Amino acid sequence: MNLDLRIPMGLLFTIVGAIMSLYGFFTRGSVIYERSSGMDINLIWGTVMLVFGLTMFLLGRRADKRPRPQAVEGTTRPLGRGHGGH
Amino acid sequence: MLLYFVFVLGIGFALKRYMKTSKDFFQAGRALPAWICGLAFISANLGAQEVIGMGASGAKYGIATSHFYWIGAIPAMIFVGVFMMPFYYGSKARSVPEFLRLRFDEKTRGYNACSFAVMTVFSSGISMYAMARLIQTLHVFDSLFLKLNLPVGWIFHFAIILSALIVLGYIFLGGLTSAIYNEVLQFFLIVAGFLPLVWVGLKNVGGWSGLKAALPVAYTHSWRGMTNAHTNPLGVEWFGLSMGLGFVLSFGYWCTDFLVIQTAMASDSEESARRVPLIAAIPKMFFPFLVILPGLIAIATPTLTQHAMAQAPTLNAPAAPRSANDLNDPASMGKGLIPVKIDPVTGKVMTDEKGHPLLDYDLAIPNMLLHYFPTGILGLGLTALLASFMSGMAGNVTAFNTVWTYDLYQSYIHKNASDAHYLKMGRWATVGGILLSMATAYVAVGFNNIMDTLQLVFSFVNAPLFATFLLGMFWKRTTGHAAFTGLVSGTVAAIIHHGLTMPADAHPGIHGGWIAVVHMYPSEMAQNFWTAIWAFSTNFVLTVIVSLMTKPRPEPELVGLVYSLTPKPVEHHMAWYARPKVIAVGLIAMLVALNLIFK
Repeated sequence: MNLDLRIPMGLLFTIVGAIMSLYGFFTRGSVIYERSSGMDINLIWGTVMLVFGLTMFLLGRRADKRPRPQAVEGTTRPLGRGHGGH
Repeated sequence: MLLYFVFVLGIGFALKRYMKTSKDFFQAGRALPAWICGLAFISANLGAQEVIGMGASGAKYGIATSHFYWIGAIPAMIFVGVFMMPFYYGSKARSVPEFLRLRFDEKTRGYNACSFAVMTVFSSGISMYAMARLIQTLHVFDSLFLKLNLPVGWIFHFAIILSALIVLGYIFLGGLTSAIYNEVLQFFLIVAGFLPLVWVGLKNVGGWSGLKAALPVAYTHSWRGMTNAHTNPLGVEWFGLSMGLGFVLSFGYWCTDFLVIQTAMASDSEESARRVPLIAAIPKMFFPFLVILPGLIAIATPTLTQHAMAQAPTLNAPAAPRSANDLNDPASMGKGLIPVKIDPVTGKVMTDEKGHPLLDYDLAIPNMLLHYFPTGILGLGLTALLASFMSGMAGNVTAFNTVWTYDLYQSYIHKNASDAHYLKMGRWATVGGILLSMATAYVAVGFNNIMDTLQLVFSFVNAPLFATFLLGMFWKRTTGHAAFTGLVSGTVAAIIHHGLTMPADAHPGIHGGWIAVVHMYPSEMAQNFWTAIWAFSTNFVLTVIVSLMTKPRPEPELVGLVYSLTPKPVEHHMAWYARPKVIAVGLIAMLVALNLIFK
């Protein structure tokens, strides 16, 4: 399959993580965190998701880049087959 | 949340251009890496019955619910990976019913395809119903509806249509690949949404030791009182548990249900296909901590904090005083975050036959989210919850469209059409499947616990099935007539058993006993497990008897389909840690360790 799942998934987690940690950063010490036992869970978990998302995205990009030279734009056949299978 | 929906449909669109043949659409081109299929393998099962149902059972029965994972899934997943996958993948069957045709005959396949199609629609409908009801109770769209001046009562219908359209959208466009990709995405979302919930919740109740102190002993010990059905919260004794759940139900589900098998069959090689269930078993083993623990914490959350936090929007705040004299219930003193059950139609508090209010355990997890999550991460938690419903639905729908198109349409209605025709058919089968699910969703009211309903359906259809596969794959003498007779009589046995028995605290009717009450079980779960045991045994015995009376198929026809006639898969060229059998042994060791820790 030509689409590496890690790229869209990494993007989603990066964006959500960024939004959450920013929101968490600007609402530091707000009363809403009484609910989560005083932890700024938005900032903490947002950062975790951001890191996870970026890692996934970069891994996906790296894996995607390597076979790219072989890929011919516009072909309808599954790539790598019919060439003797090496 | 909107962002998530955009991504979900985006993946569908991005994959659309790869969907050239029916193989791409129904089997993901058989080209996905093992880790993606492995995560999709458990995510396909991670629907409503998993997240909401397990949280509910966690609140109702305690850590004993983890038996559904440790006994009720892992051994079966190991078995399917090590022993059965070579036959599924190697036989080049495109679906489980098709395997049955290769091994047995047309009628066995037809019967299995029909019953399976009905079951997927049913499960997907239940997912849909649960999701719509959840959206309704969580008031997700209330402000939108008030703004548009629409009656709030329409939210239920709106939610059903919305979820149907989204799932339809991405499957219609990207087929099984899209469904699998989304299942993996949903897997990570669920982990991302629930892990902080467990963390914050545990911190609040004082860690594991605090949780243990706040709950009755049986809640935090999965094996205590298992020698007798009346001394443990599940109401099942160890034999019923390990045979009914651990053997018949779980092997019937994980080893024969095309819903999960399809993800393994989409992987890129037989070796990957074998590794898929084994990879899946690792996160599966730790899932109880994500989905059952919140249920326990919900019970343990002190009611005091709940009142102190005036802004905590706990749903359905108890409309009637909680019964304090319910002696059968170990946790009657305080139910934490669990509200009483409200009839969705009349809006009244539902009660059992003795007049005690029923508790709505299905709200354990949603209430946990609302209680512990502040604005911001709450959105993530709710999205994770909705994602879990979608993944459950999607798996069912892709399984349905494949079975319908290959096993029913191509075999009986329109043979020898072009591949493009079947691809189109698959797309429209998706639409049909979703419409049928919507119809089912409106029927799915009436059980206290979604889990029990699904177990009931599984035990009618799936329990006898595993006997057929077991005999079919490991005994070359088994014949098609025998398999068919066994399957049908197994299901009939399940229905009769259900009609003759009843759980202790129910009225004759949908809970059983509609023929006559011959035997009473201490709980509905015990009844379900024993229904499965009866169905399995009936099928097994009858299949053996009929096989011995009918003519067996010549052996050369069965190569690749029966264990004794098939060359064993070679493992030597793999690194030692990648060999399925090595992984399997490691998994069993971890499983035993977990059971010892939480005994």
